[in-house]
Amino acid sequence: MKIIILGAGQVGSTVAQTLASEANDITVVDQNPHLLTVLQEHTDIRTITGQASYPDVLQQAGIEDADMILAVTNSDEINMIACQIAHSLFHTPLRLARVRARNYLAYPKLFTPDAVPVNFIISPEQLVVTFIQHLIESPGVLQILDFADGKAQLVAVQAHRGGALIGQELRALHGLIPAVETRVVAVFRRDRAIIPEGDTVIEAGDEIFFLAAKRDIPAVVEAFRRSDKPNRRIIIAGGGNIGMRLAETIERNYHVKIIEIDPARCRILAESLHRTVVLHGDAADQDLLIQEDIEDTDLYCAVSNDDEANILSAMLAKRLGARKVVSIINRSSYVELAQGTAVDIALSPALVTIGALLAHIRRGDVVAVHSLRRGAAEAIEVIAHGDRDTSQVVGRRIDELPLPEGTMIGVIARGEKLVFPHRETVIESQDHVVLFLADKRRIVDVERLFQVSITFV
Amino acid sequence: MHWRAITRLFGILLMLYSLSFLPSLGIALLYQDGQWSLFAESLLITVAAGLALWLPNIDQHSELSVRDGFLFVTLFWVILGIVGSLPFILGLHLGITDAIFESISGFTTTGATVIVGLDRLPPSILYHRQQIQWLGGMGIIVLAVAILPLLGVGGMQLYRAEASGVAKQEKITPRIAETARVLWIIYFTLTLACALAYWVAGMTLFDAVGHAFTTVATGGFSTHDASIGYYNSPLIESIAIVFMLAGGVNFAIHFMAWRHLSLKPYGTDPEVRGYGIIFLVSTLFLAASLFWAGAYTEAWESLRHSAFQVASVLSSTGFGTVTFADWPLHIPLILVILSFTGGCVGSTAGGIKVLRIMLLAKLGLRQLEQLAHPQAVFLVKLGNRPVSEEVVLSVWGFYVLYIVTSLLLTVAMMAAGLDLESAFGAVVATINLLGPGLGEVANNFASVSPVIKWLSIFGMLVGRLEVFTLLILFLPAYWRH
Repeated sequence: MKIIILGAGQVGSTVAQTLASEANDITVVDQNPHLLTVLQEHTDIRTITGQASYPDVLQQAGIEDADMILAVTNSDEINMIACQIAHSLFHTPLRLARVRARNYLAYPKLFTPDAVPVNFIISPEQLVVTFIQHLIESPGVLQILDFADGKAQLVAVQAHRGGALIGQELRALHGLIPAVETRVVAVFRRDRAIIPEGDTVIEAGDEIFFLAAKRDIPAVVEAFRRSDKPNRRIIIAGGGNIGMRLAETIERNYHVKIIEIDPARCRILAESLHRTVVLHGDAADQDLLIQEDIEDTDLYCAVSNDDEANILSAMLAKRLGARKVVSIINRSSYVELAQGTAVDIALSPALVTIGALLAHIRRGDVVAVHSLRRGAAEAIEVIAHGDRDTSQVVGRRIDELPLPEGTMIGVIARGEKLVFPHRETVIESQDHVVLFLADKRRIVDVERLFQVSITFV
Repeated sequence: MHWRAITRLFGILLMLYSLSFLPSLGIALLYQDGQWSLFAESLLITVAAGLALWLPNIDQHSELSVRDGFLFVTLFWVILGIVGSLPFILGLHLGITDAIFESISGFTTTGATVIVGLDRLPPSILYHRQQIQWLGGMGIIVLAVAILPLLGVGGMQLYRAEASGVAKQEKITPRIAETARVLWIIYFTLTLACALAYWVAGMTLFDAVGHAFTTVATGGFSTHDASIGYYNSPLIESIAIVFMLAGGVNFAIHFMAWRHLSLKPYGTDPEVRGYGIIFLVSTLFLAASLFWAGAYTEAWESLRHSAFQVASVLSSTGFGTVTFADWPLHIPLILVILSFTGGCVGSTAGGIKVLRIMLLAKLGLRQLEQLAHPQAVFLVKLGNRPVSEEVVLSVWGFYVLYIVTSLLLTVAMMAAGLDLESAFGAVVATINLLGPGLGEVANNFASVSPVIKWLSIFGMLVGRLEVFTLLILFLPAYWRH
């Protein structure tokens, strides 16, 4: 696939790296030649220096035969106008743009082919906010991802001493919670993937991925770890876009405090937040944290745009007694460094965003893609089309499918129902199939498997 | 100061106002009560005075400034008060003090009276009295919704369309004249509905119209000494409750409901919600108090009287079914506090107004929260919209002036010979535009001395003109230029 990425910021460069490793032709456009040089040194891509919305710059980047344009510059306006130009002048088939301002997002009619022709809008802030919101709603989990419009969720949880299943074989799970349907799709032990079988013994410290209906998640989590008490008091450090949206989303149901260092920004926050306590001060100020009862805080979220400040303030909060700390970390090397040691959950906006992008880049009718384990594993939701003749999956039993190694069908959403498949389950047309790939490199095989042969129209 | 332009305007105003004697004249002829000549005289005197003011200044078209506005608005109430007193002087042979008291009490929609024996008064004079209040209500709506916000009085900037922090206020219409027209249509419609309801509920047509005039204007004049209690009808009382409360709602909100043909604006406006909650909670609390204090043996009767009194006092109407001053224990004082709270900004009600009370309460709450979180940034908000410090300060200033004026007036009335309860009652009754007070003035002001009547007139004007508009005229800096 020929892809043009506009903007070599956090999202742009991470996406470029991820996609380049999957045999795509990537061109990155940015105004800052320095950023591009650094990127080109690491990755096999082409770079163009220039204003991303100028037609001649786009032409230079080879837009005439590009399959897709991904506009993720800092400016909503440049992103939108670039899509407009790609559509009007070059007929680029797929146009994705990052649009942050809610002043635009509030008018979905704006983003139609007749107006601003953006096929899909990407809002990293919103994705991050949703991610943290899930963590807050389900204490004890590391990550929750929606599939089939939220009917099914993929949950990552770390097994802990005290969980009923620790030291037991996985097949005991059904006996523990007989009323609940769930499917464990992967177990990671010391960063290595284990394909879960009935006789896999769960150890403390394992990272477990399972699929279940939303309402069943607490019950399953409890099998792996002593249940945490529900989150009530939340402190958000950093009142930028993410901090503000997060506070807005959760302030109705939780006690929220938000710390922001800029007094003018504090005022804006106080104007738009109604139940949140807006604190003016430095998130790394020990006295402020103590004064605001950090030791009674259930979740501390460091969401400023400064990695180091986030990590340090999260570490400080953890030491002062916050029950759990989450930190946004953009730099991928820091993510691996901090996750599980300095902070409980490290969260990379770029990685979260990539999942949303991948859904559009994958071949076949892919509805959702989520990047897991910092990009190593992937979970995808594909719609099966066709019939026994045109498709390699429809009308076939699961044990007949030539699934690549390390790949597992976790759940099938059929209409409103969730089907947890066993060997004899037959896949039907229009099924939403959620697959887990322990190794992302197998993705090509899965894509091919679900593609409908040419004869099917 | 554009004296001559102001004079010209009042000339026109008086000539227009003289027309208001015509309906009374018609009533006099219809009922054959022999009063038509005095209304004709009043009309002629008013037209003559109007011409005398207008003709010499016929070419004075200069625009009034904001400063002129304060004087104009104050004079408006004073001059119309004087003109409205003509039939009382000519027809009832009241003294100047009593006549002006009665008339100002009407125009400010207070409803305090010096006349005893209403039931025996000629119908045309009774009608004139009710109509004064209705016209006063009309004036106040335009004053409160369109003019005071321009003058920036006591937080009324909040309601200035272009600076509106409480917005949902889509600017009613771009011009004051058009705004006034729309508001009057609403006012007229409410009055019509009220009159019909009263009529259907059993009042005579004359009483129904007369009471509708003073209910919607939240005035409180009645055509009977016993006020609404004369009818002893729960149905009529319920109708009165509904329309008194409606008169106490911001007319800009009525306008929104009217335009969108839905009741939603009442539910979403924070002030109207506060007003509704205050009404419900006070009614229940008072009903329970009355019942337990043994004032009434039946629970529902306690509820009936408490609902009526709370609506009447909160909207500063002052209709009576019973004399609340005679109720036991803490109940009269609670009603006094409700009277200070008053109705909504932009309505015909008096008092400090729910909006201001809400802002002050939120200000107090903010100070407390600030103590708990010294580094927090708190804003005073209304309906989730932040209110600027400037407005909060202005409301605070309003509150201080209001309370200080009330205290000083109480002191002055005591100096003039009233006992503490009556003096305080008289101030509550006048500055809050309520009508009935406590003690000696629990039912009417007939027995008090002229000095007290003049103090009361001052109190009514202060209350009606939202304190600032009147008191600024006493500021030397206002007159210096």
